[in-house]
Amino acid sequence: MKIRAIALNTFKEAIRDRILYLLLFFAAVCIIFSRLLALLTVGDRVKIIKDVGLSSLSIFGALMAILIGTGLVYKEIDKKTIYTIISKPIHRYQFLLGKFFGLVLTLFIMLLLMSFIFLALVFFHTFKIEWEMLIAILFIFVELCLITSVALLFSCFSTPILSSIFSLAFYLIGHTAWGLETLIKKVKPGFGKTLAQVLYHFLPDLENFNFKTEIVHHLSIPSEVFLFSILYGIFYTLFILALAILVFRKRDFI
Amino acid sequence: MATVLKIENLHKSFSLGFIPKKKKILNGISLSVEKGEIFGYLGPNGAGKTTTIKCILGLIFPEKGKIELFGHPYLSLKAKEKTGFLPENPYFYDHLTASEFLYFYSQLFLINKKEREEKIESLLRLVDLELSADLQLRKFSRGMLQRIGLAQALLNNPSLVLLDEPLGGLDPLGRKEIRDVIVRLKEEGKTIFLSSHILQDIEMICDRVAIIVNGKIINQGALQDLVSEKILFTEVILSGVEDKELEGLGEYLSGQAGRTLLKVFKEENVEKVLELVHSRKGKIHSLIPRTETLEDLFVGIVKQR
Repeated sequence: MKIRAIALNTFKEAIRDRILYLLLFFAAVCIIFSRLLALLTVGDRVKIIKDVGLSSLSIFGALMAILIGTGLVYKEIDKKTIYTIISKPIHRYQFLLGKFFGLVLTLFIMLLLMSFIFLALVFFHTFKIEWEMLIAILFIFVELCLITSVALLFSCFSTPILSSIFSLAFYLIGHTAWGLETLIKKVKPGFGKTLAQVLYHFLPDLENFNFKTEIVHHLSIPSEVFLFSILYGIFYTLFILALAILVFRKRDFI
Repeated sequence: MATVLKIENLHKSFSLGFIPKKKKILNGISLSVEKGEIFGYLGPNGAGKTTTIKCILGLIFPEKGKIELFGHPYLSLKAKEKTGFLPENPYFYDHLTASEFLYFYSQLFLINKKEREEKIESLLRLVDLELSADLQLRKFSRGMLQRIGLAQALLNNPSLVLLDEPLGGLDPLGRKEIRDVIVRLKEEGKTIFLSSHILQDIEMICDRVAIIVNGKIINQGALQDLVSEKILFTEVILSGVEDKELEGLGEYLSGQAGRTLLKVFKEENVEKVLELVHSRKGKIHSLIPRTETLEDLFVGIVKQR
């Protein structure tokens, strides 16, 4: 109940943020721009629209999560609105979870809007609703939840600009860390290889949530891969949220 | 009387700056607030008043010391359920209207729906904001914000209300309104803990006070025990007497439009001044005996430090 109240208030506040609509506008522009790219392509044009569209959803969704998420807690402390909330009979973790769910709800609505534009564009080309796209979108949503938790973690102890840089780095590293696997294979045993192996296991692998290629090209995906990705997303998010709560629990609000 | 708030040997320091340097803010604060009283917490800016209140509410964590609220450890939700808080210069979600704002906070107290609406209505009436119920907080004046802040502090019908500089930055009328509400709360049996540096107001409404300077409590007790009722001096405004003749009777302060303001220290000198004015067929315009005020005590203590 208390978490829900905080979450709804966060949602109401986040939905007023102009940056959200700016990003939504650019996402729409990118999705529609894919139509132009498709015209220049030889071969299956719809695939380009799907590929660019899904990527836009992922990138702009992540930007929304980062740019709004990193200010969430910081703004409360900076504007001192947190004083009257923490002094009420509420645990600090409830406040943080409320913030998290509030932003997740905001992102869900935004992703829904972006998906609607995207699916409509695909519909105009294929004249059928491609429901399997929703699987790719679901995993984009799982990824956004994880990025939100990361943004929230940084927001607990850092300024929005620094937190945005950290979270963006997390996103970029997360999408390129798979390269380490190739590196491990190529490097001779020694310090370099061990380091690469440690990093490979420690760094997040956001490619686990990337099913765009498989979905666009109608490739089959084994169900255990889906299950692994979902569990990976849930546990990673829980781990980051637990870290955020640990940091937030001991924080002085000066 | 039951003790509502008890603080023992509270210590807190902050590390601030790029190269952190420890600064001691609270240096062994001990005090107790009894049920049903208005307790004034006085101190100059930066003395540690707000830091103490933040420690009580669990917004910051003390390094050492003990805080008890209603006999519960201070961080327990049970203690918080009976406490209300109005921060200094309150900042709220300014996109909410007054009633939405109170509705949001009432959810944090798990007040049920029916009770919630009645509560919000009666609180808006108490702080005289009924007509602004649907106005966004961003359009509120300073005094209105203070009043809606007070309303949110009273949502849970708290037994203890902590007010941090509730009268700061308000015009005389705004101050009177808040003061009246505070007195009304006392009449309802609530305990009020308020910090302030506006001594006049504290003097008017507080039963007991504690004076904090540099993180230490210098003096605390009932107001009448702290401030003596002995007459310090008498201020006399008179006319019709030459200034020269008044020499030795008192301290000449100013003379304007034929009137002289004289500060007379001894009672027998007051008699002499009156006789002199009478014999010269002059006039006494006013005669005010001045007892020690909280301000005198406060200024004296702060200067000593």
